[in-house]
Amino acid sequence: MKKKRGYFGQFGGMFVPETLIPALYELQERFAALSRDSEFKDALRHYLAEYVGRPTPLYYAGNLSKRLGMKLYLKREDLCHTGAHKINNAIGQVLLAKTIGKERVIAETGAGQHGVATATAAALMGMECKVYMGEEDMKRQEPNVSRMRILGAQVAGVAQGTRTLKDAINEALRDWVTNVRTTHYVLGTVFGPHPYPTMVKEFVSVIGREAIAQVKRAEGRLPDAIVACVGGGSNSMGIFAPFIAHGDVKLIGVEAGGFGIESGKHAARFATGKIGVFQGTRSYVLQDDNGQVLATHSVSAGLDYASVGPEHSFLRETKRAHYSHVKDDEALEAFHLLAREEGIIPALESSHALAYVVKHAPSFRGKLVIVNLSGRGDKDLAHVEGLEAKL
Amino acid sequence: MKRITHLLTTLTAGGQKAFIPYITAGDPDCADTLRVLHVLEAQGADIVEIGVPFSDPMADGPVIEAAMERALKSGTTLGDILRTVHEFRKTSSLPVVLMGYFNPFHAYGIERFAADAGDAGVDAVLTVDLPPEEAGEFSAMLRKQGMASIFLATPLTDTKRMAVLKKMAQAFIYLVSVTGITGERDGLPAGLATKAKELKEEIGLPVVLGFGISGPPMVRQYHDIVDGFVVGSAIVKRWEEAARNPAKFEELKTFITSMARECHRNDIGSCLVRSYPDGQHKQ
Repeated sequence: MKKKRGYFGQFGGMFVPETLIPALYELQERFAALSRDSEFKDALRHYLAEYVGRPTPLYYAGNLSKRLGMKLYLKREDLCHTGAHKINNAIGQVLLAKTIGKERVIAETGAGQHGVATATAAALMGMECKVYMGEEDMKRQEPNVSRMRILGAQVAGVAQGTRTLKDAINEALRDWVTNVRTTHYVLGTVFGPHPYPTMVKEFVSVIGREAIAQVKRAEGRLPDAIVACVGGGSNSMGIFAPFIAHGDVKLIGVEAGGFGIESGKHAARFATGKIGVFQGTRSYVLQDDNGQVLATHSVSAGLDYASVGPEHSFLRETKRAHYSHVKDDEALEAFHLLAREEGIIPALESSHALAYVVKHAPSFRGKLVIVNLSGRGDKDLAHVEGLEAKL
Repeated sequence: MKRITHLLTTLTAGGQKAFIPYITAGDPDCADTLRVLHVLEAQGADIVEIGVPFSDPMADGPVIEAAMERALKSGTTLGDILRTVHEFRKTSSLPVVLMGYFNPFHAYGIERFAADAGDAGVDAVLTVDLPPEEAGEFSAMLRKQGMASIFLATPLTDTKRMAVLKKMAQAFIYLVSVTGITGERDGLPAGLATKAKELKEEIGLPVVLGFGISGPPMVRQYHDIVDGFVVGSAIVKRWEEAARNPAKFEELKTFITSMARECHRNDIGSCLVRSYPDGQHKQ
């Protein structure tokens, strides 16, 4: 196949209405230029070090390692300012938006972490910010709604469709189509039309670059496996990307199995999805036989999405990465396990990655494993307590 | 496709403009769609644009989004829509443009879709989220079955972009009046006249104006600068009211007739209205 702009094999592309095309080309050009611009790179490095708090530790989880019979390291993205890896991308994009002269940024958010990260970066850089969030997600991630508002962002509830992330993206796209001259859309994951999957990967792959240096320092070698949860796929791509060239390192992405694949209530795109075109890109999509996009379910709002970043589809097709899923209850167990064993309360998203390692512990026996702990669980406390009160 | 070109040429020669109403297929079901298609034809439509419902219509405003939700709720599929067009073709030679998002076509199978749509009598397809960059394969399949691919231009389309559109565009250019989503508006931005003129010069196809066209006064205002008008939300809204309340049916018919009449006047720009270079008109 001829290599086309913005494609990863047969996945990717720029499937958007004509109105957005000039903005996407502008973004491609400006991003390409800025990624070679030392002033921009210095500014970004400065914010990541002094504001976000990078590098984040690569922590050896001794208690859990002993219990599971492996060497388990956690890449502590939960310790980033605002509590998740999302800030790495948000700072990069808001800085870019400001540099290219936009006045306003908009974002979609599912779990609220990307919304908080964008609101934070916008406050820092003095830009107007509006965040679209499904009303269903606003309920289950209430603390993040308050945080965004306190940071000065306008939070717009989305009552259309399934009232979750995909509907928030539709609304953000409608806003962008309307205000494209003045506004930059800070897309929160390695998804959407080119150049987003590539640009966001670039901003988040600082995670994997650090992890390589840190694990070499600690263990003198690269790990046997990297495990990360996959919603849109930004934290996983962030840690996978720098390891892709190291063929011996197994890359494992964990999707949301919800109530189980057979229940139909899940967000495991690679389990039952088909290739389709959705929200700007060609990738795996949970859809019915008529090409209508299906409602998804996950205990974790950040994984509750009908499609997945195109490069993940490519990594899967080329067998460079392996994708699996764990169920809500398995993720909840892992959530408690990490809290009790290591004194770290993980986000429900990240708990999926951990749950996979717990579930498949025998296959990792004696191995060196890194889990990307993409976020912390403060936002999930009320949700978890509510769920468990019902049991 | 030939039907569209012939029609636009004939109308333009007589100083008239094409009236292109839009309805969402299957709103609230396909039997009603067939009924409303006949109404549109009887009241003076020149081309009909039929929307293919999609769960995530990112370029559409609330009126059309709600219509698509109603259509999906009644279980409307692309197969049903093609059967409806086929049925309509038994009594009508009115050009039909399907307007939709790519995924339903993709799920149907683009080769199979092209064959079935050609058989059903579809004249052209406008795929909202398929810019020229992505349209090559689909467009070639449609062309093989005698159907045109319609592409959008916007207020942001510059001459460099027009050259890209020119390579792919057929039948007519659909000029989106605003940077924004579908839905009625009180006024349209300045500069449309210049944009329409540039498009015609650079691409050499007729230009029709859509998005935000709310009523006859807007048609009158832009009559001189384009070759036709697509009217969506204003009709979908009235149709939805009429479907719920039959007493409103006459209002829908009156609106359609008045829009058709305004498009078909050939005296504008000669005696009633003076045209100014910026596209604004004064009585």
